[in-house]
Amino acid sequence: MKKHYLLLMVFFTLTITYAQEYYPKNDGVKEKNTNYTAFTNATIHVGPAQVVENGTLLIREGKVVASGRSVNIPKNTVVIDLNGKHIYPSFIDIYTDFGVEKPKRAEGRGRSPQYEASREGFYWNDHIMPENRAISKFKYDKKKAEEFRKAGFGVLGTHIMDGIARGTGVLVTLNDEDDASTRILDDSAAQFFSFSKSVASRQSYPTSLMGSLALLRQLHYDMDWYEKGLASTRDRSLEALIANKGLPAIIEAGDKGNDLRADKISDQFNLNFIIVGGGDEYESIAEIKASNARYIIPINFPDAYDVSDPFATKYLSLEDMRNWNQAPGNLKALADNGVTFALTTHDLKSPSAFSGKLSKAFEYGYDESKALESLTTVPAALLGKSDVLGTLEAGKYANFLVTSGAIFDKETTIYENWVQGRKHVINDMNQKDIRGTYNLNASGKSYELKLSGEVSKPKAEVKLGEKKFTSKLEYEADWLILSFKDDESGESYRSRALIPSEGTTFAGKMVLPSGVETRFTASRTGEMDASEEDKKKEDKAAPEIVPITYPNVGYGFSTKPKAQNMLFRNATVWTSENSGVLSNTDVLVKNGKIDKIGKNLSASGAVVIDASGKHLTAGVIDEHSHIAALSINEAGHNSSAEVSIEDVVNPEDISIYRNLAGGVTSIQILHGSANPIGGRSAILKLKWGEDADELLYDNSPKFIKFALGENVKQSNWESYSRFPQTRMGVEQLYVNYFSRALEYEAAKNSGKPYRHDEEMEVLVEILNGDRFISCHSYVQSEINMLMKVAERFNFRINTFTHILEGYKLADKMAAHGVGGSTFSDWWAYKYEVNDAIPYNAAIMASQGVTVAINSDDGEMSRRLNQEAAKGVKYGGMTEEEAWKMVTINPAKLLHIDDRTGSIKEGKDADLVLWSDHPLSVYAKAEKTIIDGTVYFDLEQDKAKRQAIQAERTKLINMMLTEKNGGAKTRPPRGKDKIHFHCDTLN
Amino acid sequence: MKTMKNILVAFIVSVGLQAFAQQTPAPEQSGAITISGATAHIGNGDVIENSVIVFEDGKITAIGNSGTATKGRVINASGKHVYPGFIAPAKSLGLIEVNAVRASNDQDEIGDFIPNIRSLIAYNAESRVVESMRPNGVLIGQATPQGGRISGTSSIVQFDAWNWEDAAIKVDDGIHMNWPNSFSRGRWWLGEPRGWKPNKDYPKLLGEIREYFTNAKAYGNGSGQPNNEGFKAMQGLYNGSKKLYIYAEGEKEMIDAVTFSRSVGVTDVVIVGGYEAYKIIPFLKQNNVPVLVRQTHSVPFRDDDDYDLPYKMPKMLVDGGLLVGLQNASMSNFQTRNLPFYAGQLVGQGMDKETALQLITGNTARILDIDSTHGTLETGKSATLFISEGDALDMRTNVLTHAFIDGREVSLETHQTELWRRYMEKYSRK
Repeated sequence: MKKHYLLLMVFFTLTITYAQEYYPKNDGVKEKNTNYTAFTNATIHVGPAQVVENGTLLIREGKVVASGRSVNIPKNTVVIDLNGKHIYPSFIDIYTDFGVEKPKRAEGRGRSPQYEASREGFYWNDHIMPENRAISKFKYDKKKAEEFRKAGFGVLGTHIMDGIARGTGVLVTLNDEDDASTRILDDSAAQFFSFSKSVASRQSYPTSLMGSLALLRQLHYDMDWYEKGLASTRDRSLEALIANKGLPAIIEAGDKGNDLRADKISDQFNLNFIIVGGGDEYESIAEIKASNARYIIPINFPDAYDVSDPFATKYLSLEDMRNWNQAPGNLKALADNGVTFALTTHDLKSPSAFSGKLSKAFEYGYDESKALESLTTVPAALLGKSDVLGTLEAGKYANFLVTSGAIFDKETTIYENWVQGRKHVINDMNQKDIRGTYNLNASGKSYELKLSGEVSKPKAEVKLGEKKFTSKLEYEADWLILSFKDDESGESYRSRALIPSEGTTFAGKMVLPSGVETRFTASRTGEMDASEEDKKKEDKAAPEIVPITYPNVGYGFSTKPKAQNMLFRNATVWTSENSGVLSNTDVLVKNGKIDKIGKNLSASGAVVIDASGKHLTAGVIDEHSHIAALSINEAGHNSSAEVSIEDVVNPEDISIYRNLAGGVTSIQILHGSANPIGGRSAILKLKWGEDADELLYDNSPKFIKFALGENVKQSNWESYSRFPQTRMGVEQLYVNYFSRALEYEAAKNSGKPYRHDEEMEVLVEILNGDRFISCHSYVQSEINMLMKVAERFNFRINTFTHILEGYKLADKMAAHGVGGSTFSDWWAYKYEVNDAIPYNAAIMASQGVTVAINSDDGEMSRRLNQEAAKGVKYGGMTEEEAWKMVTINPAKLLHIDDRTGSIKEGKDADLVLWSDHPLSVYAKAEKTIIDGTVYFDLEQDKAKRQAIQAERTKLINMMLTEKNGGAKTRPPRGKDKIHFHCDTLN
Repeated sequence: MKTMKNILVAFIVSVGLQAFAQQTPAPEQSGAITISGATAHIGNGDVIENSVIVFEDGKITAIGNSGTATKGRVINASGKHVYPGFIAPAKSLGLIEVNAVRASNDQDEIGDFIPNIRSLIAYNAESRVVESMRPNGVLIGQATPQGGRISGTSSIVQFDAWNWEDAAIKVDDGIHMNWPNSFSRGRWWLGEPRGWKPNKDYPKLLGEIREYFTNAKAYGNGSGQPNNEGFKAMQGLYNGSKKLYIYAEGEKEMIDAVTFSRSVGVTDVVIVGGYEAYKIIPFLKQNNVPVLVRQTHSVPFRDDDDYDLPYKMPKMLVDGGLLVGLQNASMSNFQTRNLPFYAGQLVGQGMDKETALQLITGNTARILDIDSTHGTLETGKSATLFISEGDALDMRTNVLTHAFIDGREVSLETHQTELWRRYMEKYSRK
C-alpha cells in the first residue's frame, strides 16, 4: 500500500519537472501543477530565532507561501502530517567548488622558470583571472549533490578554486528534479580571490606570499587606473574586475595570520572582503575581532595523532598537539567574540564529515542556535540573498529539512531535504523502528538477535548460546536482509523478511548453509539497551582544553610579560659608548628606558638584580636575519621592490625565542638575494608573545634589500633566461630602474593622471633618501659599481651586507659613507667568496667604515657575541671595538641608534645580562630584556621546559584515550622547518 | 725588533708576488725542540703548568714540569698554552674546495653501496680550505666521502703535506654508512605535503643493508672470485682493521644500527651524529659504542627541544660515561676551523675545560684508533701540537704562534693572511 503511494509520488514529481512554460513538449501533453503542499503539526524553525510549535508550512511552486501557527490551507493542497517532527531551513555553504572541474596542473618543463604570461589581451599575470566565470565550467553533479543534501545542505556557492583572482562564482540549489534554469539562483553571486597561484600556469611571479599580497594591491591600483580610461591597450582581466565591482568579494586566507593580511588589503582598497579562515582564529581572537571583517570558517578539526609509538611522538610539536586539543573550540571563540561568520565544508574530505565535526564544536560549547545562523541566515546575508534564502518566511525558497528532532542532536535523523519545493528523501521517515532484542527461531535452533544503532540503519548482532556470529544487516523500504556467518566453520546463513507495519514479530525466508531454504521467525523480547550509548556520551561530556599561550607554541608565555622597573647592581657594564666598560656599576631601568647609570643608585621601588660578577650589555642587533618570516624571496621578477617582509612576519617562530636566549633583541629581516632589487625589510624587536605588528618598530626606518653577484645572476642553478646573467647586466638593470623611477616621479609630480606603481614608489623613496639600501655583495668590482650608480643618481648606499671583499675597497666605502655588515669567517661556499677573509671586519673598521657582524643564519645569530669575538682573533680589534660590531654599529646602520644599541640614559632598555665576559665562548645570556620587559630568563626557561614536558605528556595521554575510544587517528607528523638563508627559494 | 718587522714585510711582499700559492710544507724536524714555560694541556684531562716539552725526530721525547731538562732549540712560551693538534673527524676536507663549484667537488660518488670508494687518493693536500685549518690549531682530519648508503672509505691525514701519500696517517681507516631514517620528509615538489612522516620503506632499506653486509661476509669466506672490490673493502669490518661509522640521529635508528652491526659480526662501531644519544646512554655504554656528536653550534631539531640541547648534549654523554668526540660533518668544510670553539661551548655548559678539550683531541684519537701515536701530549707520540697565546677554546684568545706536525714547524700563513697583509699594506701606503 505504502509502496504504491511512493511510486505515485515519483511519477507525480516527474510530471511537474518540465516547468519552463515556453518550451515545446513532444513526449506528452503540457499540463501545469499549481497545487499547494502543506506540512502540518511540525515544530517549524522558521529562522534561527523563530520556532513555531505545531505549525504549518505551506509551499507552492518551489517557494514558501506561509509558515506559522495558523496558516490557511487552500483546498488544492496536499497535506503531509509531520507530527513530532521538525522543519529547519536547509544549510547553505557558499564556499565550495561543487560541479566545477579542478583545473589541471600545468606540465613541468624542467626547472627553468617561466617569467612571462601565457595569455594575450589579459592581465600581465596568469594568476589574475577575474574574467573567469564558474558558470561556464559548471556541470551539476548529482552524486555530490546527494552527499551535500545528506549533510543537510540545500544551496551551495561554487567557483573555480584556482588562482589569485578567480572570477565569479555560481549560487546553485541542490535540486535534482529541475534543471539549471531553475536551480541556478545566480550566475555571478560573488567574486573570489586567494593568495595562491593558479596550478594551471607556470608563470613564476609571485613565488611568495608577500608577492601575492603585492600583486593583489597592484591589481587594484591598476583597476582604478584602467577604469579612468588611462590605458592605451585593452585588458580583459581588468575589465572583468571592474564589472565585478559590486559583487561580494570572498578571499581564501587559510589561517589567522592570512586572515589579518587579507583584512589589511580589504581596508586599503575598500573591498569589504569576506575572509575564508583556517580554523585557528581562536589563537588571535582579539585581532580577528578587531578586524571587523566577516568570515567563512572551515571546521576540519584535526584528528588525534596516533601516539602509541613513543619513538614517533618526538616529531609532534606541542603546537600541533595543542591544535588538536584546542581547534574544536574555534567556533565558540568566534561566536563569543561576536564575529560574523558562515560555516563551510571546505577542507573536509567529504560533506559527510560535517556533522561529526560540528558536534565536536558543540562539545566545546559552541551554541547550537549560532550554528544554525552560520549555516542559514549568515551565508544568505553574506551574498545579499536574505530576501530569498536562509529562513522559511513567505516568499523565500522552499529549502528545508524534515528531521526527527532538534537538528544538531546526535540522535536526530534527517528524513527529507526539500529543495525548491522538491522532495529528496534521505531516510524513510515512515520506516519502522525495529531496534530491540529478538528470539530468532530457525530450523530448530533459537538464536539471540540484537538490533541496535540508528533507526534508519540498525546494526545486528547474532548469538547462539555463547557463540557469536559475524553478521550484516540491510534495512530499506520495509525489507530486511540479515546474513550471518560462523567464523569457525565458515558456514553462512542468509535471510530476508518483510517487516509488518504492526506487531513485534517478523518472519521470513532463511537459506541455510546447506542451501536448504527454511522459514524463520523473530519475536521481540526487549527494547534496545540504551545504556551503552549513554556511557559514550558521558565520556565525551567535558573535553579538557589546555590553555593558550602567547604565542600558542612551546615556550609561549601564559600571560604576556610586562615591563618592570629594575636595578642591576654591581655589573660590569659594556656601554658601547665612549665611556667604555664600567666595572661595579649600577643601571636603573624605569618605564622601559635606561634611567640612570652610576654607582650605588637608589632602587626606588625597582626590582634589584644582583649582577656582581656578571656583565650587562646592550641587546645584540642582527643586521641581517631571516628568522621570523613566512617567506624570504620573491624570485618571480628581477626587481621586487613592491614586496615587503613586513607583510609576512611570523611572530610564532621558535627562532625568536632562541635568539633571545642568545641575547638578541633587534633584527632586520631582509628579503633574500634572488634579485638585484629585492624587497623591503622588516625591523623587529623580538618581543616573543606579541603579534606581528607589535614586533615591528614604531616609525620604523625604511629599508630595502639589494643584491649583487652569483645569486642575482642565478649562476648556481639552472636558469639561463632571466636578465641579468652577468655583473655587467646588473649595473644596467639598476640604471634602468632608477632612470624609470625619475621619470615616474616627474610624471607623478606633473599633476597629470598616472598609473600608481608600487615598485616605482619604493624606488622613488630610495632616490629621495627616504629609504635605505642594504645590499648583499661579495666581490669588489660590483661593490664599486653600485656605489658609482648611487652617486650618479645622487644618493648613497646605506649598508653593504656580507661585503666579503669590503677589505679590498674599504677606503672607497669610507669615502662613499657606506657601512659594512659582514660575516666573521665565512668563505669557500661559492666561487665569489674565494677571497673572503676573516680579517675583513678588522680591515674595514681600520679604514673608518662602520662595521657590523651579522648572521644570515638562525643558528649563528644565537651567538653573535662569539662571532664578534672573532674580530679580536682575526685582525686584533680591541674588545670594546669588537663588541660594538653587534650592538651600536648595527644600530647605526639601521638608523635606530637613537633608541637602542648602547647603554645610555634615555635609551630603550634593551639589555642582556651575561654570566661571563660577553665576548667569551663561555658566556651565557641569563636575562634578555626589551623595553624593560624580560623576554628571556634562564630560570623561567627551566620552568617552561618542565611545563612543556608535562603538557606533552598530558596531551599524549588524551590522544591515547581518544584512540582507544575508537576515534580516527593519523600518523604523527613533524613540521619540516625551513631555516631561511639569503638564497632560500620557497 | 725592527729588523724582524722588515724581514716580515719582505716575506709578505715575496709571498704576495707568488699570487696565492699554497704554503710550502715544512721540512723534516732537524734538531731537538723544547717548548718551555707554557701551560700544557695534555688532551687526556691533565694539565701541566709551567711545562717543558721536548721533541725530536717528530716525536715527543719528554714532557714534564719545569724541572724537566730542555734540549735543542728552546721556545720560551711562558704565559702561553700548548695543545695537541685538534682532530676533525668525518669531514670531506680536501675533497671539495668550493661548495657551489661542481668541478671542485670530489666528495660524493654516485652509488648506494660503494665501500671501495677511497677518499685518500682524491685528497687535495694543497687545498686552501685545509690550509686555513692550521692557524686555529686543527692539524689532523679524517678525510671522509659523503652521500649514498655506504659512502666509502676514509683515511686519516695531517694538514701539511706535498701530496696524499705524505699526508696519510692511517690509510683506509673506516667505512662510513648513512643509516636510514624511520621517518621521511614529504617530497613537496611532487605534491606530497611537507613535513616528516613515518617512512614506510624503513624495513626494506634495513633489509638492503643486511643483504649487503651478509653477502660481503660470505664473499670473505670464499675464494674471492670473481673479484668484487666492494665486498673486499668490507672485509676490514669483520677482521677489525676498519671501523664502521654509522651516521644516525634518532633513538630507534641508533638502536637498530648497533643491534644490526653486532648481529652481522661488525665489532667496531662508531655513531656519528647521535642527536638523541642522550636518551639511550646505558644502551650505548653497554655496547661500548663511542659517539662523534654533531657540532655544538647547531639548532635544535625540534621546536620543543631545549634551546641549548646541542650545546649541552656532548656533556650529557660524557657525564653518562660514554667516549665522545665532536664532528661537524654536516657543515661546510671551512667551518671546521671552528672545531675548538665547538668544544669551548661545552665549558659554558659546565664542562671542565680539559674534558672539553679531550673531545677534539684524546677522545677523537681513541675513537679513530690513532691514539697510540696522536691525540695527546705524551712521550713517544707524534709531536703534532701548537702554541697559543691564550685559551685556544675561546675565540678571543685562540691566537697561534707556532704549530708543529710530526715535529715539523708548519706555516701559519694562509691565502687569507696573505690577503690581509696585502691590503693592510695597500692602505699603509696612503
